[in-house]
Amino acid sequence: MAEIQVEDLRHVYSPGTPFERTAIEAVNLALPQGQFVGVIGHTGSGKSTFIQHLNALLLPSGGRVLSAGEDINRDKKSRRDIKWKVGLVFQYPEYQLFAETVYEDIAFGPRNMGLSVEQVDERVREAAGFVGVSELFERSPLELSGGQKRRIAVAGVIAMRPEVLVLDEPTAGLDPEGCAQIMANIRAYREKTGATVIIVSHDMDGAAALTERLLVFDKGRLVMDGPPEEIFSQPGRLTAMGLDVPRPTAIALALEARGVQLQGPVYTHEQLTNAILRAYRDKEGGRTPC
Amino acid sequence: MLKDITLGQFFPGDTIVHRLDPRTKILLVLLYIVALFLAVGWLGYGLSVLALVGGMALSKITPRNLFKGLKPLIFIISLTAAINLFYTGGTPILPGWIVTWEGIDRALKMVLRIVLLVTGTFLLTYTTSPMALTDGLELLMKPLKKVRFPVHEMTIMMSMALRFIPTLIEETDRIISAQRARGADFETGGLIRRAKALLPILVPLIVSAFNRAYDLATAMESRCYHGGEGRTRMKQLKLKRVDFAALALGAAYMTAAVLLRNYGI
Repeated sequence: MAEIQVEDLRHVYSPGTPFERTAIEAVNLALPQGQFVGVIGHTGSGKSTFIQHLNALLLPSGGRVLSAGEDINRDKKSRRDIKWKVGLVFQYPEYQLFAETVYEDIAFGPRNMGLSVEQVDERVREAAGFVGVSELFERSPLELSGGQKRRIAVAGVIAMRPEVLVLDEPTAGLDPEGCAQIMANIRAYREKTGATVIIVSHDMDGAAALTERLLVFDKGRLVMDGPPEEIFSQPGRLTAMGLDVPRPTAIALALEARGVQLQGPVYTHEQLTNAILRAYRDKEGGRTPC
Repeated sequence: MLKDITLGQFFPGDTIVHRLDPRTKILLVLLYIVALFLAVGWLGYGLSVLALVGGMALSKITPRNLFKGLKPLIFIISLTAAINLFYTGGTPILPGWIVTWEGIDRALKMVLRIVLLVTGTFLLTYTTSPMALTDGLELLMKPLKKVRFPVHEMTIMMSMALRFIPTLIEETDRIISAQRARGADFETGGLIRRAKALLPILVPLIVSAFNRAYDLATAMESRCYHGGEGRTRMKQLKLKRVDFAALALGAAYMTAAVLLRNYGI
């Protein structure tokens, strides 16, 4: 099991042209195995550029990315091998579906790994099981619903059994049911395999409730890095970067502005409910409502 | 990697070349191409080189950016050079050799011609926004309407094609990245294996291009687009003094090219 380390990472797009742009710089962090990490930031903050360095899709303009202490960009082979270790699911991954059947599409990754037919079959069935599309094997991926396509695309990456699963906005454009389903699939994969999961999201409620660590990018720099309660205890800084706070935090702040003091960190609905109940009890002198 | 494709790319700027009327620029490029094909001797080619360098300097496009666009053509250029080098009769450079002095001369001229042709037209697309370019074309081709040539339809198709080149490149880049993340390998293997490796890129690309075309058609119709009939434009093109000066320069250049050809130099 590997730890990913990022050292002084910098990336410049189109160097030497009028379109030259530094997308990220001075990014330093370590990702221990098994963490559930959220990456948040405004559009153009560099978060998508950052995650594409984790599996050597983009080469750093400066700095290094290490997996288990080894530079992943050491040579051609290491750059290819890291793709099995770090699975990356792009935004709107349904655009990558191409095969005639769902089965063939999910099998694309494992086949590229050079596995035997039996191993490929095992991986495809396992991955399809995680996302609940086993009954769709013979269908064409192009005729399915948006949510189904998305889950098949995720299965296509999970089938490589990555130790680190990176997802860029996995719920974008899905209905609430599709969102919940895909998040449940991702959680199931993590619980079963102990994989590190990194999710890029603009959905603060989801980021707050699910993750144990948040990375906040702003203008190409990693500006905040810590557990959600720490990040969301500084709503002023987040709003200054054009980011929202989770709705429960927003409600707590609004109550505070009206003179109701809530205790403890508030960034999930459960915490909000409990904090309000506690405040109510304190006020009523120990009498519980209802 | 695909970001290096410069076809139809526009480098915004505010030089005298950028400010010229697109019609002037299109005409000048046409003159430049004709002059290039009129050239027979080295002096004639020198004139075209001079025109290109002049345009380059005035438009502040760096030679590096201009020649970057030649990369995809390296194969064609080398093939042309090789054929001319080996299949031109004349005096061998050494007794018994296939390569002749005439062959070297011709190969060099052909290479120069292709390079000048491509970079010259790049100068046009680099300094003219696709919008201005098609507007200019539409106005220049207006007389063809008399013979029922669908000028407006042609130019709007062209402007849309140009407009969507960057979008499709971006999309291709994204699909390539997504498939590479699944371990797709586009760089090794024989010709057939490599061609097969393109399938996971082409299928999603074509699917999304069709979807995009449907969406675009719907969006245009819902905004009442119904062809060019009675359509006005926001930016009226008007020839200015600098355009006439540029055209006069172009005419002089053309005369010089014809004269040089007559003297065969």
